[in-house]
Amino acid sequence: MALLEVENLQTHFRTPGGINRAVDGVSFHVNEGETLAIVGESGCGKSVTSMSLMRLIPEPPGRIAGSIRFAGRDLLKLSDREMRAIRGNDISMIFQEPMTSLNPVLTVGRQIRETLMIHQGLDKQAAEAHAVEMLTLVGIPEPKRRVGEYPHQLSGGMRQRVMIAVALACNPKLLIADEPTTALDVTIQAQILKLMLDLKRRVGAAIILITHDLGVVAEIAERVMVMYAGRKVEEAPVAELFRSPRHPYTQGLLGAVPKLGSSLAGTATRLAEIPGQVPDLRKPITGCVFAGRCALATDLCRQYAPGLEEKGPRHIAACHYAAKGAIAA
Amino acid sequence: MLSYILRRIVATLPVMAIVALFVFSLLYIAPGDPAVVIAGDQASPEDVERIRQSLGLDRPFLVQFGGWVWRILHGDLGTSIFTNLPVSAMIGQRLGPTLSLMIVTLLLTIVVAVPLGVVAAWKAGSLIDRVIMGFAVFGFSLPVFVVGYMLAYIFALELEWLPVQGYTPLAQGFWPWLENLILPAIALGCVYIALVARITRAAMLEVLQQDYIRTAKAKGLGQGGILFIHALKNAAVPIVTVIGIGIALLIGGAVVTESVFAIPGLGRLTIDAILRRDYPVIQGIVLLFSFVYVLVNLMIDVVYTLVDPRIRY
Repeated sequence: MALLEVENLQTHFRTPGGINRAVDGVSFHVNEGETLAIVGESGCGKSVTSMSLMRLIPEPPGRIAGSIRFAGRDLLKLSDREMRAIRGNDISMIFQEPMTSLNPVLTVGRQIRETLMIHQGLDKQAAEAHAVEMLTLVGIPEPKRRVGEYPHQLSGGMRQRVMIAVALACNPKLLIADEPTTALDVTIQAQILKLMLDLKRRVGAAIILITHDLGVVAEIAERVMVMYAGRKVEEAPVAELFRSPRHPYTQGLLGAVPKLGSSLAGTATRLAEIPGQVPDLRKPITGCVFAGRCALATDLCRQYAPGLEEKGPRHIAACHYAAKGAIAA
Repeated sequence: MLSYILRRIVATLPVMAIVALFVFSLLYIAPGDPAVVIAGDQASPEDVERIRQSLGLDRPFLVQFGGWVWRILHGDLGTSIFTNLPVSAMIGQRLGPTLSLMIVTLLLTIVVAVPLGVVAAWKAGSLIDRVIMGFAVFGFSLPVFVVGYMLAYIFALELEWLPVQGYTPLAQGFWPWLENLILPAIALGCVYIALVARITRAAMLEVLQQDYIRTAKAKGLGQGGILFIHALKNAAVPIVTVIGIGIALLIGGAVVTESVFAIPGLGRLTIDAILRRDYPVIQGIVLLFSFVYVLVNLMIDVVYTLVDPRIRY
């Protein structure tokens, strides 16, 4: 059953240079307990999408339209107070920068306690006890001592663990992780990912994982949505997407990932790059958003935007030549 | 922490010594022979000579300075030339009104300026922000005595809500005491409120851009909790600094304010002493003000450690 259904989400920003259509008509859903990855390069609208779900976009200059149905309610129609009751409680978020995402002048314990006291109505003692429990759960040694410490006394990996503890304290139904491992060492990345998966199973939360790291996607996601220039261009179960990417942009993304050991195996090739730049989102785009950078683009692509079409089992892509693209890959 | 405070107090000793040297030199930096200056215009040469000997002015400078410091360390600030009363007693009498005025002004400033700055930063660019900052510019540009006379005219003479001038000690009741201090505190606080509100706004604007504020929103915190706990505590260091520096502003402003509202405080005593060239009194007051200022600086440093755990000594 769908926990979250996003219908035609449009997040636009008014700027001096015109309206920036950061997210332009994106629809997707997340099932209960499912892990959906949203991938794409910087500026494709994946972070704006996640911030829109939480209504954390400052309005103005931003404007969110469409519908975001969460457990039956349209989040865009809720009052500020109703929305606050959902943030950190039913839907919570982990951010990219553990160094700056925790408040430097409040103790770790207080930052975990806060959500418990607001949403669960716990008193200070109960919340403190629960905070210690959460720290134990996310694998922080000596939680009783750590709970009274400040973020600057913890390492980057530890801080991301604290962020996870904050996010999961109220047993949310949906966890949005915006590049949770990008700022961490590779060894710590693996630990944090494993922790997220363990806890997800424990509390039964669904996860939206926002990342540009396809290795992470392959490891933990069940379904993948590929975004480009504020639009969804492809969506498929993770194995299907890696096996037969249909959209030329997805193929480009996968081609740009170095393969470990390929030079030893004698199969080393030059890393494929995607030429050109993301289009200016302040100007109206006619035709396919990717046409300007696509090797397969024809006049058809430049004049008519392709719709999302079924290209395989639970696999959709927006490309006039998707079938041909699959062969080319 | 305690050892830090002790070390800091010890470190203030050389500062106080240099201040004391300057204060003592006042008498010699002023043009003319101190004895002649003290004796006044109509004194005979014999009078001048008597004053010179009684004050020890005929001895070497350093010997005089040493004796002066020695007496101060024993609580003796000397005797007023004009009233023949001990300077410490004169200052003691006048300390209450000035201290009351400063404390009321300080509290008024913090209670008014900090929330104004926070709201201005929160609503940056809006009408509320522009109105608050407009008032800040206004408050900053008006001299204390203009504001003082205006307030006294409107609220005391015309509306008769508050007394025009004077001072009632706290011992005679809280309201009579406060009643007399409201207008002076507003007049004295104007510049100070403007300054603190502006700094609060600037510090808050910077803090509100930070990632941890986004985190606080994502946790479902209300606007009040975000502004006054998550943001304000991070913005506190510059605000505390300005509040501390502002105390120097208050000392200067108190002199004028006390004259406008006829408050028998140290400010009035300072002016009277300067007009009468009552050097021992001037020295005592300047020394006291310097000491207060050094103490305030120490307090600011201690408050830093309370608001920001990253600052440790």
